[in-house]
Amino acid sequence: MSDLTHPVTSPAARPGRIRRWFTRPATAPSPAPSPAPAKRVQFDAPLLPWIFLAPQLVVIFVFFYWPSVQAVTSSFYIEDPFGFGATFVGIDNYRDALGSREYQRIAGFTALFTVLVTAFSLGLGLLFAVKADKVIRGRSAYRTALIAVYAIAPPVAGLMGMMLFDQHIGPFVTLAGWFGYEMKVGINYWDTASAMILISVWKQVPYNFIFFLSGLQGIPASVREAAVIDCRGGFTRFRTAILPLLAPTAFFLLIINITYALFDTFAVIDVMVKDKPANNPLTLVYKVYNDGFRGNDIGGSAAQSVILMVIVLVLTLIQFRWLERRVHYG
Amino acid sequence: MNRIHPFDHLILILGTLFMCVPVLVAIITSTHSAVDIHMNGLSLIPGSHGAETYEAVLTRKGGFTGQVTGITMLMNSLILGLGFAVGKIVLSMAAAYALVYFRFRFATFLFWIIFTTLLLPLEVRIMPSYQVMSSLGLLNSYTGLIVPLLASATGTFYFRQFFKSVPDELLEAARIDGAGPWKFLWDVLIPLSKTMMAAIFIIMFVYGWNQYLWPMLMTTEERFFTLMRGIKQILQVWIGSQIPDYNEAFALAVLALLPPVIVVVVFQRWFIRGLTESDK
Repeated sequence: MSDLTHPVTSPAARPGRIRRWFTRPATAPSPAPSPAPAKRVQFDAPLLPWIFLAPQLVVIFVFFYWPSVQAVTSSFYIEDPFGFGATFVGIDNYRDALGSREYQRIAGFTALFTVLVTAFSLGLGLLFAVKADKVIRGRSAYRTALIAVYAIAPPVAGLMGMMLFDQHIGPFVTLAGWFGYEMKVGINYWDTASAMILISVWKQVPYNFIFFLSGLQGIPASVREAAVIDCRGGFTRFRTAILPLLAPTAFFLLIINITYALFDTFAVIDVMVKDKPANNPLTLVYKVYNDGFRGNDIGGSAAQSVILMVIVLVLTLIQFRWLERRVHYG
Repeated sequence: MNRIHPFDHLILILGTLFMCVPVLVAIITSTHSAVDIHMNGLSLIPGSHGAETYEAVLTRKGGFTGQVTGITMLMNSLILGLGFAVGKIVLSMAAAYALVYFRFRFATFLFWIIFTTLLLPLEVRIMPSYQVMSSLGLLNSYTGLIVPLLASATGTFYFRQFFKSVPDELLEAARIDGAGPWKFLWDVLIPLSKTMMAAIFIIMFVYGWNQYLWPMLMTTEERFFTLMRGIKQILQVWIGSQIPDYNEAFALAVLALLPPVIVVVVFQRWFIRGLTESDK
């Protein structure tokens, strides 16, 4: 058995319980945390658990709850840029943000960027995982090669992308030149956008690959054999038998990838626009940073933060509640 | 069961090229001189200027203060990666232990307090976090660099899942033998968790090493710069220069990517298991 298989929830380890396993994803992605007591037996000590919890609680209160509350509060104020107090303005900051043409344009691009990055990185991750699951010769070499990039930081990926799309030395620019297209990354809006998307996809494929491969290897041999008997055609077999079993993994990855495209790509974008946001494609999280730290518009930046918080909150709740229930296994 | 089709290999080979060629190009091109790269573009044949480029990047004093070297940045990245990984393991193991193995008041409430942090990434509360840090006087310090990143329940969630999978009989047996909470933790639970700790250590080290936005905001003094901050720096210097230091940028990128890539490739097995079991 491969080391990618989940040792605890691996269905292959419990062949008699396949039916039950179908209601749980192969790699058990994020079951909604439940606070029910975990153990039959527990220690009864009134003080000791607080000592164990204290460091974590202190860190969380100081660096999570305090700033989060501050973000919400200051989103209702306009702060004086010279530090002379703040004026309560109600929902004006939200209205200004949502109403501005610039914000809408950036939100539009963020949506497009998120859809494309998510679709391509999920697609490629799945494709490579399916193939890597099939081949026998060279399997571990392929796997290592496809996983390695996971460890590369987004800014490093951005820097390498800059080189590949550089005006003087970039092979992609030369390639586009052969087709008679003059590519100008950093100047032409859509050229820059394409480069950003490609780099962000490249960086995320290994993550999806790891989870899809792990999910595939969790599918019991008996199910695969049954599928082979039922379906001659490889693609039909994949679509009707294997893909539904991967659905939980795919839905879990969908949320993770959306979050990645929204937030973790900040470094790629920051490296590529090189502090000149003027005419470049940006995402919402970059605008939060830019308005807050460059523009000194603390209230406006906070309001945008809160809007993003709501988006993440909704996504996470969907992940926890809705998807887990809606995925059917026929 | 499946016939091997050359088509499968073709796709995998293309995928491997897609993923790995940029990294190889970066490594190989970093061994050429800047002029050479400017004239001939990227390269897949090793050049002869590698040693001097890396020596310059690692030891030349640069930046506005003339204080920061590549070695300083490498050390800071290492401190951030290791400090974050160790801190995360200690904090989250302790918290998970309390949540799983103790019966006490407010346990459910505390559970929700901790796991709510899973909902909001640092990026969305970056501005107020910065203000909090500055009012605490923690800008430009290793504490300020590492501790705020620990304010998330990823590790706690992970250890809690693992502790729940440990058989109850172990605790029962330990209690019959008269073991208290500390003894049970040290002599039973920690030895059992070694593989899991290794897995989470790798994931967290890579995560800490690769941090960009937070170190960028927290460190204005160059002696606290990490490699990721150095990458931003080197690109800013580029604007307006005749022949950009392509070679040094590549060398810096290679220094920044090799340690985490090596860790992940060497400890693949643990790393994957940790990732697919804990998932965020």
